[in-house]
Amino acid sequence: MNITSLINALPGACAQGLIWGIMAIGVYLTYRILDIADLTVDGTMCTGGAVCIMMMVSGHNVWVSMLAATGAGMLAGLATGIFHTFMGIPAILAGILTQLSLYSVNLKVMGKANQAINVDKYDLLVSLRYIKNVPFLQNTILIVAVVIVLLIAILYWFFGTELGCSLRATGCNPNMSRAQGINTNVNKVLGLMISNGLVAFSSALLAQYQGFADVNMGRGAIVIGLAAVIIGEAVFGRIFHNFALRLLSVVLGSILYYLVLQTVIWMGIDTDLLKMLSALVVALFLAFPYWKGKYFTKPVKRGGNTNA
Amino acid sequence: MLELKNIYKTFNPGTINEKLALDGLSLKLKEGDFVTVIGGNGAGKSTMLNAVAGTWLVDEGQILIDGTDVTKLPEHKRAVYLGRVFQDPMTGTAATMGIEENLALAKRRGKTRLLGPGITKKEREEYRELLKTLGLGLEDRLTSKVGLLSGGQRQALTLLMATLKKPKLLLLDEHTAALDPKTAAKVLEITDMIVNRDHLTTLMITHNMQDAISHGNRLIMMMDGKIILDIEGEEKKKLTVRNLLDQFERASGKEFSNDSALLG
Repeated sequence: MNITSLINALPGACAQGLIWGIMAIGVYLTYRILDIADLTVDGTMCTGGAVCIMMMVSGHNVWVSMLAATGAGMLAGLATGIFHTFMGIPAILAGILTQLSLYSVNLKVMGKANQAINVDKYDLLVSLRYIKNVPFLQNTILIVAVVIVLLIAILYWFFGTELGCSLRATGCNPNMSRAQGINTNVNKVLGLMISNGLVAFSSALLAQYQGFADVNMGRGAIVIGLAAVIIGEAVFGRIFHNFALRLLSVVLGSILYYLVLQTVIWMGIDTDLLKMLSALVVALFLAFPYWKGKYFTKPVKRGGNTNA
Repeated sequence: MLELKNIYKTFNPGTINEKLALDGLSLKLKEGDFVTVIGGNGAGKSTMLNAVAGTWLVDEGQILIDGTDVTKLPEHKRAVYLGRVFQDPMTGTAATMGIEENLALAKRRGKTRLLGPGITKKEREEYRELLKTLGLGLEDRLTSKVGLLSGGQRQALTLLMATLKKPKLLLLDEHTAALDPKTAAKVLEITDMIVNRDHLTTLMITHNMQDAISHGNRLIMMMDGKIILDIEGEEKKKLTVRNLLDQFERASGKEFSNDSALLG
């Protein structure tokens, strides 16, 4: 166990954490704001990369390609939204159906299971080669951080608008929302589209970063997203109350996740076990609020004050 | 203002739980009517309100609000005409959002929500003044999450939200039933204040006979999905609980079975 090898690996883990942080923001929007566990993201986390790489390989500009990737993600969200609202399928199942269809879609987009892109031949926005020994402004960590700040700013603005507020209300209390004239179905679809757009955008960055898109790259993405959301809330929940800071805490949660992951790998754990361990950690964190409510709540004293 | 024409609604048709909840119900409300609705459990009171609100579509019949046929309109589209307060204080507000944000949501009822600001500075001042009229001290807690408020405070806020944009019809579904007596009285007082201030046409369900008698200008009693008593004007002013029970027995041929109504 050589500590310098760990230290050398940390910037890369940081960059990965940042890229997955965008994906985790997408998960936060559905899981926390819309109150839907959207499993579409396992598929979308590949679709974005697949579209981006194929567009770039066929000669498109990196920004155009990432825009197209985001659009593809939004279409996937639209599909899940239609399954859920128009066809009345429970949200989890709707997500699984889209996820499964996306497997075929992703294969068709790429033509095979894996498509590489050469960092020397294409003008990539981010890459694992741009972590060390590159000009400051080309550094992947900096670029992704700036992108995240911009995204958070846009989302902060959006969720303060009339439409954004109605979206939050839809997730919080659908009955009340309808009574206030909000079309909750349209809002759910919209929320799923925004979320999956973000996930696909993150996927496009990830594919560039690792230099390839792979049909399995999104497997278990929902668990990583949830882990980031939960870690972020557990560590920063008490100090971050503002919405923008909450989104930031999700990104920080994702970075923490990858730093811990890197450390665990460095300690020599069998990497085949990583996904199982991630799942178990998330399961434990999800169980805490339930256990807390069940075993650790103080009994309510009767006859409290009854202010109107 | 509101017209229900021969409304039928059956729940769980074709199953052992089949229940004819509204059985040819007809009702006509004049503008400014404040109607209290009583009746035992399962009489169809809440079902009638939900039919008006569009929680689901009715099997037969027609619903007109201010001359507009809303029978086929989905819930969120009918909301333009309606202000609603529910029995459960949790139902009427968004718990994780602030008091001012909830009011701002209600302010935009019936408006297409796009990318304009969710709440403006001018509105905040307006809400502060409005909340003062409740006398609950909420005007100093504009940004507090509604989840932190007591049941009574939430019902009072929901009332304010329901009437912020003047509705054609205010629907109150036992909105004081989940509150302790003192709080219930306060919320009813606020209800009267708002209804009188804005001259709102109102349908108020209550389990409490005394409340049904002392509020509003008209009282209807329901049983088995129909209206069996309809008393208004001078006659309603002279009503007592005892006399209402007698009338019920005569109209229905049964003893009034609901203890909570008697106790009220």
